Amino acid sequence: MQYLLFINNSPDIDPSAPPEKEPMDIEDWVDQMDARGVRKFGDRLQSAADATTVRVRKGELLVTDGPFVEGKDYIAGIDIIECADLDEAIEIARLHPMATAGNIEIRPFWVWED
Amino acid sequence: MGGLVEEAVARAHREEWGRIVATLIRVTGDWSLAEDCAQDAFESALARWGRDGVPDNPGAWLTTVAKNHAIDRLRRRANEQSKLKEVMALDDPEDDQLDDRLRLIFTCCHPALTLESRVALTLRTVAGLTTGEIARAFLVPEATMAQRLVRAKGKIRNAGIPYRVPPGHLLGERLPGVLAVLYVLFTEGYSASSGERLVREPLAEEAIRVARILALLMPDEPEVGGLLALMVLQHARRAGRTDAAGDPVSIEEQDRGSWDRAAIAEGLSILRRALRRHRVGGYQLQAVIAAEHASAPNWGQTDFRAIVRAYDDLARLDPSPVIAFNRAIAWGMAEGPTVGLERLDLIADRLEGYYLLPAARADFLRRLGRRREAAEQYERALGLAPSEPETRFLERRLAEVTARE
Repeated sequence: MQYLLFINNSPDIDPSAPPEKEPMDIEDWVDQMDARGVRKFGDRLQSAADATTVRVRKGELLVTDGPFVEGKDYIAGIDIIECADLDEAIEIARLHPMATAGNIEIRPFWVWED
Repeated sequence: MGGLVEEAVARAHREEWGRIVATLIRVTGDWSLAEDCAQDAFESALARWGRDGVPDNPGAWLTTVAKNHAIDRLRRRANEQSKLKEVMALDDPEDDQLDDRLRLIFTCCHPALTLESRVALTLRTVAGLTTGEIARAFLVPEATMAQRLVRAKGKIRNAGIPYRVPPGHLLGERLPGVLAVLYVLFTEGYSASSGERLVREPLAEEAIRVARILALLMPDEPEVGGLLALMVLQHARRAGRTDAAGDPVSIEEQDRGSWDRAAIAEGLSILRRALRRHRVGGYQLQAVIAAEHASAPNWGQTDFRAIVRAYDDLARLDPSPVIAFNRAIAWGMAEGPTVGLERLDLIADRLEGYYLLPAARADFLRRLGRRREAAEQYERALGLAPSEPETRFLERRLAEVTARE
């Protein structure tokens, strides 16, 4: 199965609270997942302040600054992983430092019927 | 004769449904196909057992028929040849089927599904209730429940939720989720008000049935035994829990002659086996409390000190206000109403708006003969809008303490 991991900043994390101990730092996570052969691609993104939203409505182009939905949490990075099933995807995600410092949404890729 | 056949089919349905569905899901990976073929098999049984007699081994008969239905359905689909081969190779070893049912339970209770989906899916696929029966038990329209089940099965397929018992290193964190589903099922069976009681009570029985399967499959997990013991002990008191009008009767006033003694003995023996493993947990402690109540000859001779000790341990595992509240009540029963009132005062700020807090205060005040203060607390409890049967109970008590001597 292929999954996209949305690495999110979390609004529910209290910035004044002492930071929780993360399972490993991001370089170690990337090295470990690359060595396991489960990580296909991944990178960090610029902040939501640098996002641009494009829509076409009634044939007219609308370009706006920022993300389409204003919210406190935003996607800070993505990873594409390939692994056996959701349990393995959860195990991979829980080791990511942002699972502790933020949250990770696991989305399976659409499966095209042949 | 028709009655006998229907009874045999109903019994086979209770005993074999989950096993047949679980096995077909393993070999086809297709939840809807598995349910449809199991349904077909039971319909065939109704038609054919009346004519040909009930087979010696109904489970094997049903599995074979369900398997043949699966082969027929898969043959009609062009792109399912690999599943077809798996089904045709299916030959019925008993061990595999126990594993299949455990796989089914763990998959239905996967934490990536919402709790309500887990409960519905467990009732549908493990216990074999129809969508209509589950909808009635949870008081939602049948279409809503059907939608919920379709969505849950869709998520299992699309998100890649594995069909398996989690490996050892994950079992510890996954088992509590399974037990929680069974406990929700069980308590749903009891939280019903009188009008709903008839449709809900089977839920409690289904929860016990699935817990029995789980206990059989995981004999080394004491919390499974603890939960089963808790449910069996509570269920043993069901006849005394409500009066003729369906209103709740406090355990103090229940007719102990109505309790199911055989079930209590069974619950106590399950609990003893679990406690012997010396890995105590929340369900075992709650079962200890239920066991003290169930084995006391009357309210006055209940060993409340043993109950307080169990609540002390429980409060360490679970610092929730409700446990703290029950612990305070137990203190009051063990050491007298004055101590009970003091204990309630200590935790009152954590129980803001909880109608049982003034109700408990009222009860301790009533026992102390402080009738005017008791009446005030009953009125306060009534103001916090509990359910109708509870309102009637509180009004009765209020009338007692305000009556002239």
